[in-house]
This record gives sequence, C-alpha cells and structure tokens, in this order.
Amino acid sequence: MIDRTAADLLAALTRGDLTSEAVTTAFLQAIRQREPKVQAFLHVDEAGALDQARAIDTRRQGGDAVGPLGGLPIAVKDVLCVRGQPTTCGSKMLAGFRPPYDATVIVKLRRAGAVLLGKTNMDEFAMGSSTENSAFRATRNPWDLGRIPGGSSGGSAAAVAAGEAPLALGSDTGGSIRQPAALCGIAGLKPSYGRVSRYGLIAFASSLDQVGPFAADVTGLAHLLEVIAGHDPLDSTSVDRPVPAYAQTVDQPLRPLTVGVPREYFGGGLDPEVERAVRAALAEYEKLGATVKEVSLPASPHAVATYYLVATAEASSNLARYDGVQYGHRAKDVSGPIADEYGRLVAMYCRTRGEGFGREVKRRIMLGTYALSSGYKDAYYLKALKVRRLIKDDFDRAFAACDVVAGPTAPTAAFPIGEKADDPLAMYLSDIYTISANLAGICGVSIPCGFTKGGLPIGLQLQAAPFEEEKLLRAARMYERATDWHTRRAML
Amino acid sequence: MTPEQVRWVAHLARLELSDAELATMTRQLTAIVDYVAQLQAVNTDGVEPLAHALPVHNVFRPDEPRPSLPVADALANAPDRHGDFYGVPAVLE
Repeated sequence: MIDRTAADLLAALTRGDLTSEAVTTAFLQAIRQREPKVQAFLHVDEAGALDQARAIDTRRQGGDAVGPLGGLPIAVKDVLCVRGQPTTCGSKMLAGFRPPYDATVIVKLRRAGAVLLGKTNMDEFAMGSSTENSAFRATRNPWDLGRIPGGSSGGSAAAVAAGEAPLALGSDTGGSIRQPAALCGIAGLKPSYGRVSRYGLIAFASSLDQVGPFAADVTGLAHLLEVIAGHDPLDSTSVDRPVPAYAQTVDQPLRPLTVGVPREYFGGGLDPEVERAVRAALAEYEKLGATVKEVSLPASPHAVATYYLVATAEASSNLARYDGVQYGHRAKDVSGPIADEYGRLVAMYCRTRGEGFGREVKRRIMLGTYALSSGYKDAYYLKALKVRRLIKDDFDRAFAACDVVAGPTAPTAAFPIGEKADDPLAMYLSDIYTISANLAGICGVSIPCGFTKGGLPIGLQLQAAPFEEEKLLRAARMYERATDWHTRRAML
Repeated sequence: MTPEQVRWVAHLARLELSDAELATMTRQLTAIVDYVAQLQAVNTDGVEPLAHALPVHNVFRPDEPRPSLPVADALANAPDRHGDFYGVPAVLE
C-alpha cells in the first residue's frame, strides 16, 4: 500500500476499494517501523489522524462529498501553523508553542479531506540545505542513512521517499522544496510567488517564501497544488487569478515544447555524474519531440550572493518578533553586563534570543542586520536588490525564447551528514541552481532523472515563467512517463 | 569584519553572544561578507532595485468590525502573564 502513488490511492479511495482508515493505518505503521532510522517527523498525531480518517470514511459511506484529497494522508513541514498542534519551526525558540489558528493551506487541506499525519523536521526557521540545523534531530536520507536528505524541508522529502506519507507540504525560500526532492529521489514543486497563501507560514524571507507540494510523482504534485493554490484575503501578496485544473491536464504532452538550457548551469562545481544524468534527460526531451536549445542567464553566477543579502535582510526583520514576550522561549535569568548597561528588558530580549536561536539562524540574523545597518545598506542590501532585477530580467528574456528552463536541481547528490556543517559558505552553494527562481518569483519543479553509481538519486529541475505551473507540470510529466526513475523506492 | 563591529551588530540584532560565539561569528561573517562583495563588480548603473518579484499593491477592504482571536487564545502561549496582559521585566525600576 505505501508504495502506491497518491493518485492511485486517491482513485482506490474514490472507488471505495480502500477506506481512509486502512490507508492511514498503513502509513502510520510505516512511520512506526521506519522512523527510528529516518527521523523525518518531529510530531506524529496518530490518534488525530485516525479520527480524521474515520470521519472521512463515514461521510463517504453516507454519500457526502469528501473533497478532492478525500481520505489521503499528508505530512506537513513544521513551518506551518496547525491549530493546537506542536509547531516548532525546528527551533528551541518555539518549543512548546501551539498555534491558536490554522495556516490557510491547512484550512484548504482539511476542506479537501486530507488526513494530517503530523509535522516534519526541518532546518531551524527553514535556514539550511541539509536539515542538520534542526534544533531537535538530523533527518536521514532514506537512500543512505549516513547522508543528509537535503533541506530545509528535509523531513517532508524523507517522509515521502521513505513511504511514510504519500504527499507532503514543504516551503521553499531558496530551494528548500526542490533540493531535498532531488536528493531524496521524489518530485517537489515551488509555486510562483503569490500562487499559494503564506498566511500561517512562519516567515523567513517574505518576498521569497512559498508553500509547495512533495509527492512520489508529478501527478501527485498536480493534485496537491490544485488544492493549496489560490487567492487568500488573509495574504495580500497572494494573487487573485484562477487556479487551473492541474490534475486534469497533467497528462497532456506539450507540442511544441522548447526547453532552454542555461550554459551557466554546467560550469565548475557540477558533479560529473549529475551532469551526465541531466544531459541524458535533455536528450530524452529531444526524443519526445521537444526543441532543446541553449539560453543564457548571465547574472546567475551572482544569485547566491544576492540571495544571502536579500534573504538575511528580510529574516533579520521577520525574526525580530521572537523576543520572549508573546510566545516561545524566554530566558529565566536576565542579570549580567547587558542588564547593567541597557536595563533588564533589553537584557531579556538579548538573552532569550541568544539562548533560543541556533548557530545558523544567528549567523543569518547578523548578516541581515549588518546588510541593513546604517552606512552599509546601500553597498549591500540595495546593491543586491539591483542585481536581483538583473536576475529577473535574465529569466524574462529566456522565457521569451523557451517554455521551460532545464538543468540540474543541485550540483551534487546527497552528501554525508556533518560534511558541510562547519562551512556555511559551502552549504549555501548547494542552492546555486534553485535560488534564482525565488528571487525572480518564477515556478520550478524537481523530478528524479537518475542515480549515481553509489545509488543516490539525482534531480532534474525545470523552471517556468510566473503562473505557468500548468505548463511546468505537463512538461515534467512528459519526461516522467518516458522514464521509470520515479518508480524506484528506497530499501528500508 | 572586526570583533567590535560584530559586537555592535549583535547589539542591534538583540542577540547575546558568548566570547567563543563572537570569535567564530567574526571569522564566518568575514568569509561571507568577502563572498557577497562580488556584487560590487556588477554594473548596475541605471538599474532599479527590485524588492518584490511581482508588483505588489495595497489591498483594501471595508473597515467593518469582525470577530478576532479571543484574548484567552492569544495569551495561551505567553511565557509570563498578568491577567489579560503579557508580563515583562520592569522597564522603570
């Protein structure tokens, strides 16, 4: 049961061949068996999930509508507020926090009949590319338990790859859905900025953050995206435009299809095995009748530097809210030199934040504060915003000449746990192919396109213009139908 | 970056750092700031800064009272509570 795709399970549920209770029980059992190895979840709501499943079954048996995901279990990244459930964002700062409301995507999941299994592990405040920055535990890659699953949505990606959930939600600020999807051998999509509501998504960088789906295959992404997309009066940056029927059109091939390949994506730092798999995928598109041609994104070598100024500047402002007053951690003892100099209230803020935040979060708050500080703002933050415009202009030009831009999702396959833990800059460079999409507001997807000799998954990234998710999914599905990478499962 | 600069930025960010953290932070931030300094070489003459990928507009709704989060729910996660208020260390002593 747990090896079946989301669409397959959904069809069986709709026909009445399976009950939601049976499906949910199977995934909860997989969680019990595999979690000691994988550690994808921070919190599993076993009783709540079974209650939801039985309620859906009762409604379906009574002939009531149960919604487009009726009875299908889903895992949720711990960055999303779920009313009354632990929501830590991977941080000690929010240990014990229970949100008083549901994020809009959670409201939509409930209306769609999805069964919430629990909350998945992540890099603290979504800052990281390996899930090692979680304050609670390191999640393992199901394909090799000594390696990282990617990040920051590593728990969600690992849960789907391990057969612990057929679907999962993540968030992507610089690649945090696509990179772990690639490293765990599954599909993951970052929607265009504004496609999905951010209400109840704990903020990292507000001009870059988007919530998006994980699934074993592209069809699963289409089903989940269709449910979570759309305008939300509670998020003024969500865009009011119709949501296409992604799940209905995903199997329609695109003819003609022009695939653009940025020459800048095949330079130094790209692992030869990853390059070979991606080049083979591009050849497959040609076999499918697509035109594959070179495009150029000349500003892309500066994307990582741009991102680490824009994202950290926004984060330094967003994370100012963790001051120990309204919720979360508060320092017990506030005596010391800061109290003597600035008073006990300021000392409480400083010590609360010093105790509550982990190393990477502190580094990013510091970098962002510096980039915005008096005397440095023009040289760093404002300069980064200008280069951001150049990066967006590059994509505008590319999409005038092609339908999708294709390349590797990540420069290497999954690396060993601990390898980059003390070298933040090396860790940042693992996002080199994914962060431009967030800066430019476009959509992107990662799908499996091969394995290394060592048996580690490799991801192909496709990107499309803002609000072209339908085209993106159809282009991805064309490749998926012609290959069988997405049918491989990790042996656990 | 100098340790004095890092100490000042930590104060702006309201972060208490230990001496060991300050030393590590100085070394790591210096490496990161050196890396991002590559942007200075990019010609951005006449380029408008882009703060948001999409044009963002103010969104208005009628100013009508609606139910909001009950006080008890809003205060449920408070680390320190005095009646219907949050408790904090005294500002005036």
